[in-house]
Amino acid sequence: MANSVINRSTLALERAGIRRRYPATTGIGKTGFWFISLAGYFFLWAPIVLLVVFSFNDARTVNSWHGFTFKWYENILTGAAGGEASFATDLMLSSLGNSLFVGFAATFISTLLGTMVALSLARGNYPGKRYIEGLLLLPVIIPEITQGVSLAMFFKIVFDFIEQSSGTRALPGFGTIIIGHVVFNISYVAVVVRARLADMNPRLEEAANDLGANGWQTFWRITFPLMIPGILAGALLAFTLSLDDFVVTFFLSGIGTTTLPVFVYGLLKVSVTPDINAISTLMLIISTVLIGISLLLQNRSLGRS
Amino acid sequence: MSEVKVRLRNVVKEFPARRGDKPVRAVDNISLDIYDGEFFAMLGPSGCGKTTTLRMIAGFEQPSSGEILIDGEPMQGVPAYHRPVNTVFQDYALFPHMTIFQNVMFGLEMARVDKKEARDRAMSALEMVRLPHIAQRKPRELSGGQQQRVALARALVKQPSVLLLDEPLGALDLKLRREMQLELKTMQQELGITFVFVTHDQEEAMTMANRIAVMDGGHVLQVGRSDEIYETPANRFVADFIGETNFLSGQLVAHSNKSGTVRLDNETLIQALLSHQDVVDSGEVVVAIRPERIMLRAYDEVIESTDNLNIINGQVRQVYYIGTDTRYIVRIGNDIDLTVRVQNTEYQKSLAFREMQTVKVLWDTTNARILTD
Repeated sequence: MANSVINRSTLALERAGIRRRYPATTGIGKTGFWFISLAGYFFLWAPIVLLVVFSFNDARTVNSWHGFTFKWYENILTGAAGGEASFATDLMLSSLGNSLFVGFAATFISTLLGTMVALSLARGNYPGKRYIEGLLLLPVIIPEITQGVSLAMFFKIVFDFIEQSSGTRALPGFGTIIIGHVVFNISYVAVVVRARLADMNPRLEEAANDLGANGWQTFWRITFPLMIPGILAGALLAFTLSLDDFVVTFFLSGIGTTTLPVFVYGLLKVSVTPDINAISTLMLIISTVLIGISLLLQNRSLGRS
Repeated sequence: MSEVKVRLRNVVKEFPARRGDKPVRAVDNISLDIYDGEFFAMLGPSGCGKTTTLRMIAGFEQPSSGEILIDGEPMQGVPAYHRPVNTVFQDYALFPHMTIFQNVMFGLEMARVDKKEARDRAMSALEMVRLPHIAQRKPRELSGGQQQRVALARALVKQPSVLLLDEPLGALDLKLRREMQLELKTMQQELGITFVFVTHDQEEAMTMANRIAVMDGGHVLQVGRSDEIYETPANRFVADFIGETNFLSGQLVAHSNKSGTVRLDNETLIQALLSHQDVVDSGEVVVAIRPERIMLRAYDEVIESTDNLNIINGQVRQVYYIGTDTRYIVRIGNDIDLTVRVQNTEYQKSLAFREMQTVKVLWDTTNARILTD
């Protein structure tokens, strides 16, 4: 019997030895890896699933289930359609309006600037380009809190200066929030558009040149049309980030500029209402769809044969 | 000779150094004349400078020094979009967001050709490449061969003075490539436009070109008709690159004006033609003999010796039957093997010579050339 145990373990060792490069295919490894990924996804998704589930809960409390309802969504939709809704819902919807306004404005400006930056980095040839390129990624990696604080300080100094020199008093508001969003969005847009440009076959521009198109004609007839999916992808990403942003917005808000994330944060201090669950679920869906479209656009085949 | 279409005068192209490296001299002092109506090939291994040279003619790169003239006009400072040349790119570079028709129309639009005339010309260009029916499709819906033809139509519709082709058949499979070679050749003869063709495929160059420039390391090693390059290669590289060649190294022990005697490493003496007078100065030489110019005879066969005939003994080491001909590897001395190709003009059940058989190896002196190593 002892003999057979040894035999079996030697066999197992041999098997492990043979398949050492692919541990996932051995019996224990397979279960282990399956469990690890399951656990990972559980931690990742469980809170979100809970949020979505409780957005259908027929009660004002959020800690016990009282049956299924659409009424929180109805509440939001009637409010949005201008109908009768609770005061809290009206406030929430007006903050959603602020979020959309900031999102559109910040997306427009950052897409324009980010695309120009990407073009200059992809096609330009000037000293220090590599360093500028490195700096471009900085807003993506520096902590948002740092960005928020530094922007708040920056605007304070600028506003103080304006007040001292001209006597007019400048205040934080939509302007500061939009500028703050543009600051971090430029990087994302530029990175996405730059990737698109890097993937573009450089022979296409040469071919246009060869067929008699000067630089300007080549840009508008060839380069720009081929960049559009990248620009759209960047814009959608920027819009989503802007819609979701809390930290930077929080530091730059003024009176009457509460965006949805800031509003939700304020409510949390009182209590979590099912409205919040419902609107968060809607935001989740919108963000997922936008990011999905953005990724699709980024992966669309380019002019390479 | 007819008029010079493209003239390169001491053209040098140096690419700036990357960090830590020396600058790269991709093209090193090339002078070439390409004549009107010629099908001219630039042939060489990758990195020999052929594509860079083509790109300088097209205007995508500027020479570091030297001069390029097209139709007698200096091209210094003339941008690509003002040059009377058009290019067919290796990967075709069709505009993916435009239809085939829009692709072909692009050049005419840029030249502000009248709308109706442009449409007619674009359609007849597509008819010329036998693809009028796909005018409304997008490039990604076409096969490689079709894309290649569209690229050709797009370039030719502009009626360029010179058409530049950068390995245009490289991406096609062998059968299609052969077809396109003949088609390109016919098209060039009918249109009478000068074609400058870049390739690394010697067979392709020989099939199509009137003249070939063999290039290596940024230099032009030899310019000539395909038969000149094949029969009288200027040096070992050319002989090696074009077709298959046996190289026998040895020392030049005697020579006349035209031919010389070489002592091979195994003391055998053989006769061969001098490629040029310079080889006389160098003691170490190589003799190049094409495999199909060597004959094999049975060892006991009586052969009438003439002045021009080299006869040495050998032993068959390997035999490969490859259909059109049979290839023998024959050992003629210590570690000296010759490849011999014998054409199979008729079906013989048994091969003429077997492995390990002792044979006589014969070749005419005029078929062997002495080159510098």
